[in-house]
Amino acid sequence: MSDSNAVIQTSMLSRTFGSLTAVRDLNLVVPSGAIFGVLGPNGAGKSTTIKMLTTLLPPTAGRAAVAGYDIARQAADVRRHIGYVPQLLSADGALTGRENLELSASLYRVPRTERRRRIDDALAFMDLTNSANQVVRTYSGGMIRRLELAQAMLHEPTVLFLDEPTIGLDPLARRAVWDRLLQLKANGRMTVLLTTHDMEEAEALCDAVAIMHQGTIARSGRPADLRAALGVDATLEDVFADAVGGAIEEGGSYRDVGRVRQTARRLG
Amino acid sequence: MTLAGSGRPLAASDSHTALAAVAGFFEQTLAVARAEARKLLRDPTELASRAVQPVLWLIVFGQVFTRTHAIPTGPLSYLEFMAPGVLAQGVLFTAIFFGIAVIWERDLGIVHKLLASPAPRAALVLGKAGAAGVRGLPQAVIIYVLAALLGVRLSLHPVGLLCVTALVLLGAAVFSTFSLIVACIVKTRERFMGIGQLLTMPLFFASNAIYPLELMPGWLRVVARINPLSYFVDGLRATMIVSGTSRFGIGVDLAVATGLLAFLVLIAARLYPGLAR
Repeated sequence: MSDSNAVIQTSMLSRTFGSLTAVRDLNLVVPSGAIFGVLGPNGAGKSTTIKMLTTLLPPTAGRAAVAGYDIARQAADVRRHIGYVPQLLSADGALTGRENLELSASLYRVPRTERRRRIDDALAFMDLTNSANQVVRTYSGGMIRRLELAQAMLHEPTVLFLDEPTIGLDPLARRAVWDRLLQLKANGRMTVLLTTHDMEEAEALCDAVAIMHQGTIARSGRPADLRAALGVDATLEDVFADAVGGAIEEGGSYRDVGRVRQTARRLG
Repeated sequence: MTLAGSGRPLAASDSHTALAAVAGFFEQTLAVARAEARKLLRDPTELASRAVQPVLWLIVFGQVFTRTHAIPTGPLSYLEFMAPGVLAQGVLFTAIFFGIAVIWERDLGIVHKLLASPAPRAALVLGKAGAAGVRGLPQAVIIYVLAALLGVRLSLHPVGLLCVTALVLLGAAVFSTFSLIVACIVKTRERFMGIGQLLTMPLFFASNAIYPLELMPGWLRVVARINPLSYFVDGLRATMIVSGTSRFGIGVDLAVATGLLAFLVLIAARLYPGLAR
């Protein structure tokens, strides 16, 4: 299994928790420079997939490579080449925006001579320069998400993983995050894999999507192609409903739902 | 691009010399500790609240037992005997609940982000331990001031002060890392609170903090000899108090604390990634 243009590539990747199979035989190829969306209802296996690809969770079967490194055997190399924004709000509220970025710069060992410039550039790119010295707990939800994006891209990773990056944000804050991601895409230096429930977000940002259902990929391709395959007037939402069977989804553990609500609550 | 083993060759920027790796390890450790210290300085109310219990031990318990002369403490007054024990207790009680903050960070997603970074797990754990050590130092200052006001003959020799600083940092690091291990196992605040309460009192009372080993029954003396808090108190007693002596030897006290810290960091570094699963 090899694709010379792929930055993320999985082969029969699986993860079980006891008797529950969260991800089953996942085969995924994400080309360089793309924004790739992983869609799916609660409990579909999106977060488990992202945790395996970011080396937070070892797979129980199969293989995957990120930025050319095996997630199981070269985990430290993978971590050096990725940026990650978890679904939960992960910026430290007790530190200022600049202090959060300084911590990231140290953890990723950004060269000392470049640190100041990169932090200033990241703050400017995310429109956070004026609030850089404020404690993060005084930030709005959109500002926190933009700061987290700045933290994740400070070391100029090859791949950026975003787990539901706009969940709980109001439309304006969501638009501000989208604008930054579209600018990153225009720069073309970074590949982005994001998970989302939001079909509008997938349409606005993603070059290609994979719709997950019960741990496997039910559909994948470019949004326009998926819509066209279903019907002339089909929306991505129709494709999603068709892929997951259109039934009311009962998936998602108590912990998953609690996490989403906690994130939404923190975002105000 | 291919899967592991046949992946692309390492670029020049990817190859690290051993020296650079060690320097990087300490930089990452210090970055984590510095972030914690910044938070503490920004909100020092925790320090004030943590000082209440040691103050009560010294002013109430210490003064009453000094008057009764019920506990033989050799050339030291009972207050002088117990002051290092109270400092050790303050550090223990603060550090042992450090796991709550780690579980809180897990619930906030901070742990996930730290673990997705290339920083070695041991650097993250040691950074947290260092931060706990920083939390212990203001407690030492408060107890020094209070003990001086109560007439305790404190040694202000620079070497002694250096040893006390090292012991406080090490003691806090040992117990906070132990706490982190417990947090990695239990994973919820509710379970942790119960276990934290369960651990602190036996550690404190089965040590030489407030009475000498000689007064203990044989079985308790054995427990006290394997209790790391006893070595911590023993070192503090020798270096903090004029005429204070070490039963085990200050070198042994420091070696036990350092060795135990290294052992616990190794275990914690293995368990810490489990918090993100």
